[in-house]
Amino acid sequence: MKLSTTTRAAALSTGLAATLALAACGAANETSGGSGAAGSAGAGAEQLSGDLVGAGASSQQAAMQAWQAGFNSQQPGVSFSYDPVGSGGGREQFIAGGTDFAGSDAALDDEELAAAQERCGGGEVFELANYVSGIAVVYNLEGVDELNLAPATVAGIFAGQITTWNDPAIAADNPGVTLPDLAVTPVHRADDSGTTTNFTDYLSQAAPEVWTSEPDGEWPLPGGEAANGTSGVISAVQAGNGAIGYADESQAGALGVAKIGVGSEFVAPSPEAAAAVVANSERVAGRGEYDFAVEVNRTTTSADEYPIVLVSYHIGCVEYDDQAKADAVKAFMGYVVSEEGQTAAADAAGSSPITADAREQAQTAIDAITVAS
Amino acid sequence: MTLTSAPPTPPRPKRRVGDRIFAGSASGSGILILLVLAGVAIFLIGEAWPAITAAAADLPGGQTLTAYIGPLVFGTLIAAVIALLVATPLAVAIALYITYYAPRRLATAMGYVIDLLAAIPSVVYGFWGIAALAPALVPLYGWLAENLGFIPLFAGPASATGRTMLTIGLVLAVMILPIISAISREVFSQAPALHREAALALGATRWEMIRMAVLPYGKSGVIGGAMLGLGRALGETMAVAIVLSGSGGITFNLISSSNPSTIAANIALQFPESTGLAVNTLIASGLALFAITMAVNMLARWIVNRRADFSGAN
Repeated sequence: MKLSTTTRAAALSTGLAATLALAACGAANETSGGSGAAGSAGAGAEQLSGDLVGAGASSQQAAMQAWQAGFNSQQPGVSFSYDPVGSGGGREQFIAGGTDFAGSDAALDDEELAAAQERCGGGEVFELANYVSGIAVVYNLEGVDELNLAPATVAGIFAGQITTWNDPAIAADNPGVTLPDLAVTPVHRADDSGTTTNFTDYLSQAAPEVWTSEPDGEWPLPGGEAANGTSGVISAVQAGNGAIGYADESQAGALGVAKIGVGSEFVAPSPEAAAAVVANSERVAGRGEYDFAVEVNRTTTSADEYPIVLVSYHIGCVEYDDQAKADAVKAFMGYVVSEEGQTAAADAAGSSPITADAREQAQTAIDAITVAS
Repeated sequence: MTLTSAPPTPPRPKRRVGDRIFAGSASGSGILILLVLAGVAIFLIGEAWPAITAAAADLPGGQTLTAYIGPLVFGTLIAAVIALLVATPLAVAIALYITYYAPRRLATAMGYVIDLLAAIPSVVYGFWGIAALAPALVPLYGWLAENLGFIPLFAGPASATGRTMLTIGLVLAVMILPIISAISREVFSQAPALHREAALALGATRWEMIRMAVLPYGKSGVIGGAMLGLGRALGETMAVAIVLSGSGGITFNLISSSNPSTIAANIALQFPESTGLAVNTLIASGLALFAITMAVNMLARWIVNRRADFSGAN
């Protein structure tokens, strides 16, 4: 029985890992029905062959399926696969040389960058913020249809300092709204996720005096309600009156979505505002020419920008050993950043299409992809 | 294999080929299972070692390994204990009903249904827990927190979603119920007819007969079944990952949102995005689960052996 329990647990966790990978960070389940099936664009392009292997962030899973469908119709000769093992695993596998590119909710850190450059034969590494998605603060509060929350209030709620809805801090953000004397149930992710990393990064930058924990993929504080995956957070918020959580903007459904304090105004999440904040953020300094890793400007004061976004990267080499590989990566990335590719992802996953400037910038990196001489 | 092929006066019994093959493959299988078990243990210890020896600051959450695994061990045990406390008496009653009270036809049908319950995948129980049971228990938790809040178990504040330690304990109880009742049923139905009839002949009522002849005989079997169920409850992953809001540390408060998670659920939730030392830490928690399961089994074996001397079986 010892053994059977152990093996069963192993089988279960493998099964769960697979399920999580499918459901996690969680973009939309709606299939795009092959949206972006691009017969037109593919017509004149050179037909490639070979295979292209990627692995990484599960947040990109739904978008990646749409990209795969679109890319396949352009380049049917390239066999494409993406394994949603998670961001960390994706970076590890790429650095180890097991995959051609990585999907990751975080840019490479300095140590990883050095290792990645080594993997690319001493050449440069590209990091493109190709998947951007707003994170909405969703709530379930009977009788309150609109809710404004300043950064410090959001941090106070999720840090467990604000415990009832009629707290003066919430009331100050919402003049004229009758708030019930009801306990606040903050819901956070139980699993390690890029959504949590980005959300806690926002809290620690926008409200440093209230939120004192470091940004982390695993929720850093004890207490509160924990739920598994985006779908888990959404269903927990739906189930509990007075619950509030954070989730991919496209998944908010019928739940209330709070407007977040930006500068002196309150901004609701939208694809445009999410893409804008990424486009206007500083690049991480001291990196290569084609490394477009950004420090998202969480403390923006522009009312056109929404600072709580998930940025997910595609990471690859600027120089590949063989021609077919370089061509395949180039063609795929070119499709992903194209208007068509971004629309396909937005339809399938509810992501925010990148701005024209960001596209131009990314294109310089894609144009540079070549075979090592 | 025929008699004619045997020598007229064999100096010693001849070992036939079939015998050798069978003996060899049987003992080979026996050794293999030991090797697999040893392999799992060696893998766990080897992979957990970096986490065991690492500095606290490098581990997830920046705390010591004991501080990380402690609440998980506590959560695992308390969920399993709730499940066992709820399921065992119920399972014994079900088994007794099926074996000694229900009409024969109904008993057969119920036996099938119970066996079927055991075959339902745990993820289905998980969905049932989060979609049906948890919301249904919310008003009860509110009432408990208000009226019985002085008991530490119900100290509250009551969860608004019902995803609490008590809920998962009940879900696990339903999951292990068929295992315990199926085994108990088998054991009860084998209680010696002589003992039962003797009890009835001495004027015992049906309940007295069960108490005197059936329960003592079946005791070790029930404990064995309960331990099998406990094993399933300890290792249950999917249902716990879906239902339990595992966000807190060690607490006996069963009805709030902050509960310690369980080892198996925590591994499943954190593994997909973990790398490096975080993976080693998760494997170290798996090692702890391995040790707990082993300890539970040894304890069960000890109890069963001890009780065997007093059971009606001899």
